[in-house]
Amino acid sequence: MSTSEKINLSGWTCPAPLRNYPQVVMGHGSGGKMMADLIGHLFKPLLDNPLLGQMGDSTTFILEQGGRLAFTTDSFVISPIFFPGGSIGELAVNGTINDLAMSGAIPLYLSAAFILEEGLPMTDLGRIVSAFSAAAAAASVQVIAGDTKVVNKGHGDGLYITTTGIGLVPAGIEIAPHRAQPGDAILVSGTMGDHGVAIMSVREGLAFESPIVSDTAPLHGLVQAMITACPNIHCLRDATRGGLAAVLNELAGASSVGIEFGEGRIPVNPAVHGACEMLGLDPLHVANEGKLVAILPRADAEKVLAVMRAHPMGAQAAIIGEVVESHPGMVIARTAIGGTRIVDLPAGELLPRIC
Amino acid sequence: MKYLDEYRDGQVTRQLLEEIQGVVTRPWALMEVCGGQTHSILRSGLDRLLPPEISLIHGPGCPVCVTPLELIDRAVALASQPGVILTSYGDMLRVPGSKHDLLSVKASGGDVRIVYSPLDALKIAQQNPDKQVVFFAVGFETTAPANAMSVFQAKRLGVENYTILVSHVTVPPAITALLDSDEVQVDAFLAPGHVNAVMGYHEYEALAARYHVPMVVTGFEPVDLARGILMAVRQLEEGRAEVENAYSRAVVREGNVPGQRIIHEVFELCDRKWRGIGTIPLSGYKLRPDYAAFDAEQRFPQVQTIETQESALCISGQILQGLKKPIHCPAFGRECTPQTPLGATMVSSEGACAAYYRYGRLERTLEETKG
Repeated sequence: MSTSEKINLSGWTCPAPLRNYPQVVMGHGSGGKMMADLIGHLFKPLLDNPLLGQMGDSTTFILEQGGRLAFTTDSFVISPIFFPGGSIGELAVNGTINDLAMSGAIPLYLSAAFILEEGLPMTDLGRIVSAFSAAAAAASVQVIAGDTKVVNKGHGDGLYITTTGIGLVPAGIEIAPHRAQPGDAILVSGTMGDHGVAIMSVREGLAFESPIVSDTAPLHGLVQAMITACPNIHCLRDATRGGLAAVLNELAGASSVGIEFGEGRIPVNPAVHGACEMLGLDPLHVANEGKLVAILPRADAEKVLAVMRAHPMGAQAAIIGEVVESHPGMVIARTAIGGTRIVDLPAGELLPRIC
Repeated sequence: MKYLDEYRDGQVTRQLLEEIQGVVTRPWALMEVCGGQTHSILRSGLDRLLPPEISLIHGPGCPVCVTPLELIDRAVALASQPGVILTSYGDMLRVPGSKHDLLSVKASGGDVRIVYSPLDALKIAQQNPDKQVVFFAVGFETTAPANAMSVFQAKRLGVENYTILVSHVTVPPAITALLDSDEVQVDAFLAPGHVNAVMGYHEYEALAARYHVPMVVTGFEPVDLARGILMAVRQLEEGRAEVENAYSRAVVREGNVPGQRIIHEVFELCDRKWRGIGTIPLSGYKLRPDYAAFDAEQRFPQVQTIETQESALCISGQILQGLKKPIHCPAFGRECTPQTPLGATMVSSEGACAAYYRYGRLERTLEETKG
């Protein structure tokens, strides 16, 4: 070829941008056509409803029921984004629903902000948004506002999700961390430590004979059943980070009461128990994503326990202990051999023991 | 859990406690050597169920606690080097060096990874041939076979980018040092069952005879511990000083012979510095000359010069020797907590101070509430 055959740049047009990228690229956060495509083709079909369909900078709505509202927000940065028993998608829905439910609220609406890392496979994103959508539908909540951003590769861990939720608290319900009173009974809704051990098993590449799956689940249905049986529930907490030990310490502190419980009464899945023994962890310190702790008048405890056990989210519920007047702010476990010990907050990140 | 719950049985433990009560006639001080035993005693509340005549002294058998500060500083220095992946057992990460701990090195971009076995560290070395992978090899005789095996395998497989930072210590010289000390008053020892599972207990027979002190090989669950205490108290009351085995489901007199063989293949005895105690002659392991190429301090000679002083406030040395209890330390629960540890005994979940902080503050708090 000779140099005379120059390319004629005047007739050059940019080829049409790829619509079907197999991965998230920076353009998906650009505010342009690619972002519109991503929202239009992936998010909207899975999450659509009339309020989201307003597509304004903000969504406007009227709460016809009126009354006291519960409002909460939570960010989900879990790694890995897929784990035994779920993904970051349903976790982001259930986590915020549970925070609303712990005020006794019936969840109504969610907002969702997705921060995507460049390079995230589009199929992974699709699976996660599908799981998100299914969890919201199962809980009868609508996603009415959203946002997506893309960050450079290396600046995120696949994706992060922040959800904010609004719920309606039924009249006459007054659930708050400071309401625990001496004489109250303490209940848990099921086995402790499943989520944390499930995550650790994939993160550390540990294989157990029986698979341990996350307990991620929405608890608002269980809470409504409990409230119907006992409108005077004093405290509710979902036992997430820090596990049961952290929740009991926070409640003992907030109410200035002592807490005592029987170590042998805590339900723990045998596989989780085994994994914790091996790793040198205490199941009381390990996170849950579908378990709550309730403090309520002793007289109602058996009735509430029966209601919980009849509900699929509370089949393994148990009364574990009681609120006492002595040692305010301190949580004490009665051990299997008849001794006692202080149950403290975990110091920081859970670190496996050497031997 | 089968094979575990049986040894946590409340009724069996209570029965053993009653037997101890029936045998004991005068005060005795027993030292449980291993940190895992201390942890279990405080976690189950066994110490508060014992007759008042019996006091337990928490011994120096926590590998995290006795690792000298300068070795932690050397690990921190190694982890801060570009191109180095430092691998470690989990609870070494939070032990403060004189300036930083390994967690903060990780937060500043150092590649620090938790492994459950040194063989996993070796695997990381094979997967990252362009990096230097260092394993922080701490521990007593219990972890020595696995740590030795990783070096043995590295040599056999020709994995040249793998080294270990050795901080191995051994139990019998520490017991000897305690028995030679005029200050330490221990009437009997609960020997560390997991160390005995590897090394056996013939070495302890010489010690029991020479110092006329009973030693009972003891396990880690409440029933094991109560049984070990009962056997030790019986010996004391009867004036015997023998080695007895209360952990026969895991320990035989000869120990784990193949385990010992791999230790001796790779390691040889050396003098070791113990945190808070000082140098004890022939109380640790170092790599034999044949394996010196896998010694991180030889590969990175610049860290050999790092030497450090302990915090003046921390009395962990006296605690490790059983001279003081954690609650006797003015910094305990104040300047020094598991979140802000001054010494290693507060860091490790097996450390006496952490165990006390976690499980032992009850009596003080109840007294304060009453007061």
